[in-house]
Amino acid sequence: MSTLPSVEQETELIPKRLARARPLFDHEILRRAARQSVLKLRPAVQLKNPVMFVVEVGAALTTLLAAGRAWNGGPGLSFVIQIALWLWFTVVFANFAEAMAEARGKAQADTLRKTKSDSTATRVTGGCRCEVVPASKLRAGDIVICEAGSLIPGDGDVVEGIATVDESVITGESAPVIRESGGDRSAVTGGTKVLSDCIRVRITSNPGETFLDRMIALVEGAERQKTPNEIALNILIAGLTLIFLLAVITLHPFSIYAAASVRGGRIPGIAVLISLLVCLIPTTIGGLLSAIGIAGMDRVMQHNVLAMSGKAVEAAGDVNTLLLDKTGTITLGNRQAVEFLPASGVADRDLADAAQLSSLADETPEGRSIMVLAKEKYNLRGRELSQQEARFIPFSAYTRMSGVDLDGRRLRKGATEAVGEFVKENGGRVPPDFMEMADRISRSGGTPLAVAEGSRLLGLVHLKDIVKGGMRERLAHLRTMGIRSVMITGDNPLTAAAIANEAGVDDFLAQATPQDKLEYIRNEQAEGRRVAMTGDGTNDAPALAQADVGVAMNSGTMAAKEAGNMVDLDSNPTKLVEIVAIGKQLLMTRGALTTFSIANDIAKYFAIIPAMFAGTYPALNHLNIMHLHSPQSAVLSAVIFNALIIVALVPLALRGVRYRPQTAASLLRRNLLIYGLGGIIAPFPGIWIIDRLVAFIHLA
Amino acid sequence: MTPLGLLNIAVFFLVILALTKPLGAFMAEVFQGERTFLHPLLRPLERLIYRACGVRENSEQRWTQYAASLVAFSLVCFLFVYAFERLQGLLPLNPMGFGTGHAPGGATRMTPDLAFNTAVSFVTNTNWQAYAGEATLSYLVQMAALAVENFVSAAAGVAVALALVRGLARQQSKTLGNFWVDLTRGVVYVFLPLAFVGALVLGSQGVIQNFRQYTRAATLQGSTDVIPQGPVASQEAIKMLGTNGGGFFNANSAHPFENPTPLSNFIETLMIFAVPAGLTYTFGKMIGDTRQGWALLAAMSVLFLFAVFVVYGAEQRGNPILTRLGIERSATARQPGGNMEGKELRFGIADSALFATVTTDASCGAVSSMHDSYTPLGGLVLLFNIELGEVVFGGVGSGLYGMLLFAMIGVFIAGLMVGRTPEYVGKKIEQKEVKMAMLALIIMAANILMFTGVSSVARFSKRGYWNPPGAAAENTANAGPHGFTEILYAYSSANGNNGSAFAGIDANTPWYNVSTGFAILIGRFLFIIPLLAVAGTLVAKRRIPSTSGTLPTHGALFVGVLIGTVVIVGALTFFPALSLGPIVEHFLMVQGKLFPAVALPW
Amino acid sequence: MWRHIGPAFRLMFAFTILTGFLYPAVVTELCQVFFPRQANGSLIYRHGRVLGSSLIGQNFTSPAYFHPRPSAAGVAGYDPMASGGSNLGPTSRALYERVKADVAQFRAENPGYQGPVPADAVTASASGLDPDISPASAFAQAARVAHARGLSRRQIRHLIRDYTQKRQLGFLGEPRVNVLEINLALDRLAQDRRQ
Repeated sequence: MSTLPSVEQETELIPKRLARARPLFDHEILRRAARQSVLKLRPAVQLKNPVMFVVEVGAALTTLLAAGRAWNGGPGLSFVIQIALWLWFTVVFANFAEAMAEARGKAQADTLRKTKSDSTATRVTGGCRCEVVPASKLRAGDIVICEAGSLIPGDGDVVEGIATVDESVITGESAPVIRESGGDRSAVTGGTKVLSDCIRVRITSNPGETFLDRMIALVEGAERQKTPNEIALNILIAGLTLIFLLAVITLHPFSIYAAASVRGGRIPGIAVLISLLVCLIPTTIGGLLSAIGIAGMDRVMQHNVLAMSGKAVEAAGDVNTLLLDKTGTITLGNRQAVEFLPASGVADRDLADAAQLSSLADETPEGRSIMVLAKEKYNLRGRELSQQEARFIPFSAYTRMSGVDLDGRRLRKGATEAVGEFVKENGGRVPPDFMEMADRISRSGGTPLAVAEGSRLLGLVHLKDIVKGGMRERLAHLRTMGIRSVMITGDNPLTAAAIANEAGVDDFLAQATPQDKLEYIRNEQAEGRRVAMTGDGTNDAPALAQADVGVAMNSGTMAAKEAGNMVDLDSNPTKLVEIVAIGKQLLMTRGALTTFSIANDIAKYFAIIPAMFAGTYPALNHLNIMHLHSPQSAVLSAVIFNALIIVALVPLALRGVRYRPQTAASLLRRNLLIYGLGGIIAPFPGIWIIDRLVAFIHLA
Repeated sequence: MTPLGLLNIAVFFLVILALTKPLGAFMAEVFQGERTFLHPLLRPLERLIYRACGVRENSEQRWTQYAASLVAFSLVCFLFVYAFERLQGLLPLNPMGFGTGHAPGGATRMTPDLAFNTAVSFVTNTNWQAYAGEATLSYLVQMAALAVENFVSAAAGVAVALALVRGLARQQSKTLGNFWVDLTRGVVYVFLPLAFVGALVLGSQGVIQNFRQYTRAATLQGSTDVIPQGPVASQEAIKMLGTNGGGFFNANSAHPFENPTPLSNFIETLMIFAVPAGLTYTFGKMIGDTRQGWALLAAMSVLFLFAVFVVYGAEQRGNPILTRLGIERSATARQPGGNMEGKELRFGIADSALFATVTTDASCGAVSSMHDSYTPLGGLVLLFNIELGEVVFGGVGSGLYGMLLFAMIGVFIAGLMVGRTPEYVGKKIEQKEVKMAMLALIIMAANILMFTGVSSVARFSKRGYWNPPGAAAENTANAGPHGFTEILYAYSSANGNNGSAFAGIDANTPWYNVSTGFAILIGRFLFIIPLLAVAGTLVAKRRIPSTSGTLPTHGALFVGVLIGTVVIVGALTFFPALSLGPIVEHFLMVQGKLFPAVALPW
Repeated sequence: MWRHIGPAFRLMFAFTILTGFLYPAVVTELCQVFFPRQANGSLIYRHGRVLGSSLIGQNFTSPAYFHPRPSAAGVAGYDPMASGGSNLGPTSRALYERVKADVAQFRAENPGYQGPVPADAVTASASGLDPDISPASAFAQAARVAHARGLSRRQIRHLIRDYTQKRQLGFLGEPRVNVLEINLALDRLAQDRRQ
């Protein structure tokens, strides 16, 4: 029984396109987001986002201005009202982006919360006495008894017993998993359901601090703190906002001078100045920044990975070194039979037949692979054997063999030494060339499996680690992205080197103890590299904590989960690579939208500046290269474009920019072309089209 | 544009490229305390200075101490210069008796506000001049106060750049070097030898160097001219090398005694760019990756070449308003054509345009032609060069540290697009760096725009103390957009510590002396201090090894990013202001619109 | 902060001695030894009296002399104590009026010249002390000077060619004619003829 995913479920090592679990615009989510985006207009909320706060203040001022005009009957009332409206829209649109991202998280949280019904627990009060208490009363250290059919009342470790548990509420995976006391599979999560047997669990968390609680809080964004890079970017755009504020405010005295020097020029009004300001400040990125961050967390979650903080996701983008566990990540979960090597004097077919028979009841992947190989090579079909005619000997750690007794034949397969002992006990002998053959297999990176019938050694099955298809190319891709891959394995260095060479990893750590892993990570970090790893056992905890990105397997112990900064609910170590990709995508999206936002300003200048000074310097109309209809329509079109572009980019912010594994240089070239050059060019036709529309329906 | 004019520019550029590596490598050795070929000669002098001044050569400073040393030194410099200026009447080497009762008629008085402005200006490597040297200052003040500042303010600028470079080069350290040592080495090994050679070369071309009385000459037509004299060559050389730009005479490098021949002009132009260009290589050398330095130089070169061709083209095309009067527009074999107003014939259009571009790219501010009389587009480029932060080669030191600041901002924005936390030469650019870089940019924008805004509309009582002409805008020699440009240029130049001017503006009034003085101080120290803070945080960081996932900061792509960052930040900040100045003036000039130089209606 | 004032003061003192006194003194000494004429202003003497400097332009209004460019130095122009340009911008009416007047004057003074006015002849220089005019400007004035001096135009043209300084190193700057020097040559020519 393994909680590792089967071969077919394997996820792409480098996703061509990151998976999306939920449709981007779900009806329910849209409704919730729309309501929130109006509620978020409260200045107290806006104050957290300096860029949008400036827009809101501008909108309020313009509204007052419109009210004043309406009262006094000043000219250009409709223009000012329209500007005010679009400025409010700008704020609402930005709110909408954030609310969308949050609503998606909330929807997920609601699903989780449903499982958190008020359950009761059977608490052991000492000796054999038990009492029934509400789950919410449990404290860390309490021991509870969970029987089949009951919900586990809180996070804890199994201290006694073994049980199958349904963890689908958390993982979404319907197959039950085994939880047993001791070892690395002892952790249970509150809210999951015991399917069979009975276990005693020591509760490890206090009410409100359980894994489920934290998970709900995380997805709801309640615990969301700005990540370091997000803060830095916020400073940048706030700084730009200030610079533009200065540029626009000082335009007032400048235009007083200009108007005076041509005797009777017109000084641009406050509404126009505010419009220019709002168009210039980076509202696109300012409005979408927090949505990008939330969406990044959300994307990680859609991969069934729970990031404990946005910081961890961001750090994933910076990873230089990936520590990949050999088993399940680089190689298929288990070894496979690739060859039958008969002992001298034994026919190939007899060996294959014996091996197949002894594997009939063996449900392990190795066993199945022997069946498959026998069928492929010698066309031996699997036979149905009933319990009457055959007695299956299961594998045990003590005998290190399994097999079948059938028609008086005693077929065994297992570790070379164990099978050798079996043969000797039955009066047979082990020829020296047989042991040599076994050694050869070992050296080539494989595992020899001996097959015997009674006193006669039939031969060996070569079990080999199969490197996953396409692994070489994927690791090469990682290398182009500047990420080194390091294989961690318990194998001896010889075997490890053979597999490492076959898979094309950059380095390997053989016979790796948890201490070795920790050392390796520290050394990498000492050279300035960032390291990501996965782990599940308690003894992985120090390394998980040391790594910059530590992904704990959900199947692992509580200690491991506490130590890491992410938990993979599917317990699929391959996902590390996807997490790195998401981290990179998050940073790229921020950079791309910032660049786009700033690049947009150029066109807006060309729209607004000539319009602003049409009354003072008609000559500046030479700068009106878009040939916008009138000064009013020019300003209005720029403001409308500025508001609409936020909405237009919401899907991009939520989904992230397209990501491909490429070198930094080619990524930059591509993104600069799209978001830099595109950002310069796009607004020209955009504003022009809006201007035509505005002129067409006589808005200005 | 003529083939010979283009050849001038090409030769100039190639010589600069050729100088970059040897000079840069030499400076890297000097500032890292290695032995150079000058050590046998100058090392004793260096040690003597340390011993006499109690400087411990091997002690290192954190950024705060480094900044404090810089500020303290600047303060002392200010006091020295101010004292010299105000007391010149009592001091020797003053043959014309400036500051005494028998000063020549028309001499300018060194008032407290003018002395403040001048002292601040020279201490900060600005060399904005609200006075005419030949009619204001004694030889002693020029030589022992102003020229000394030319040396030390330049060396101080280099020191700041070194501190920032060390911030990038060192890792997990706390200290950035020793300001006193960097200062001394800059003066002793770099500026003094170069200036010495430069002074003699200029002297051979006809730059004067004496301590005589002004000469009275009886002209052919029978009038009497008073020809000024003085120790000019020694000051001229360091004025260019240190990108100071403060002229001995009012006409600065247009004056035949400062810049007598096309060759002297060529050499002076080279001297402006030599050290800033070399420093890019020094940077590369000190961080152990010279490609990084070449990348900066490449970005600078592109911006420079673009600018020089625009200026040259605009000036050669001339002013259509004047051309219509029947003036030769094109260059011919016997005359230069184009816009010759405010240009010396011996330099013509090409060399004037080259010098003007170079002096505004760098924070030099020396002029060999009058920028105020440039065509609107030519003037626009000059003004914009300054407003870019003078990072195209830039001032000695200040060009490099300014460009590094833009590199960090560029890397921060573009670097995100490769999906990593941005890093520059292995150092992560994070909150603190972005904060300080933005602070510097905001201060720069505020300094220029706010002062210009105030001076555009500020009114003072006529014949009052603060601004005798009345409104601050009355001090301009031109009306309309051009007058506005004069004000904008003044504060841009002050903030950028450039020192050149659209010189029509009468800046010697208490209002302008004080306001440009403060603009200069803000532009210097409120830019340097955040930058040193950045150096302080960078130096503590580890250098991350670069991989193919790291944004390469040495290729053409990054050069493009850097250029884009510099231009876009500058353009976005100043486009509105520029559109009311040179941009609209260009369209008006094409239309033939003229502005009478009469008072504004207020 | 005050800890830093001490070394600042001492270093400032040291640098003043070094770069403020020693350096200019040595440069002066060397310039006076190697380039005495240049170091003292490239002065031109006649009969032991200073006539001017070959580097500093002088004003000439007599038709018998070549005229220099317009000058903004001082009220009357060419005042060496008031170096500087007009600082008038391209849209300045004052500039337009001045150039217009200068063009008219140039045409009036040189009626024989029909071509476009050389750019330098009606524009003020940056220093106001520009010692040179373009060969084009000199040739345009040749007829007037010849007429006033009673010399042939050929002689004058010859003189202009003799006094035209080529571009330095073949490519630097502009070809030019030093006004003071060519006017002195005119005087010498007249003197020679008298003798």
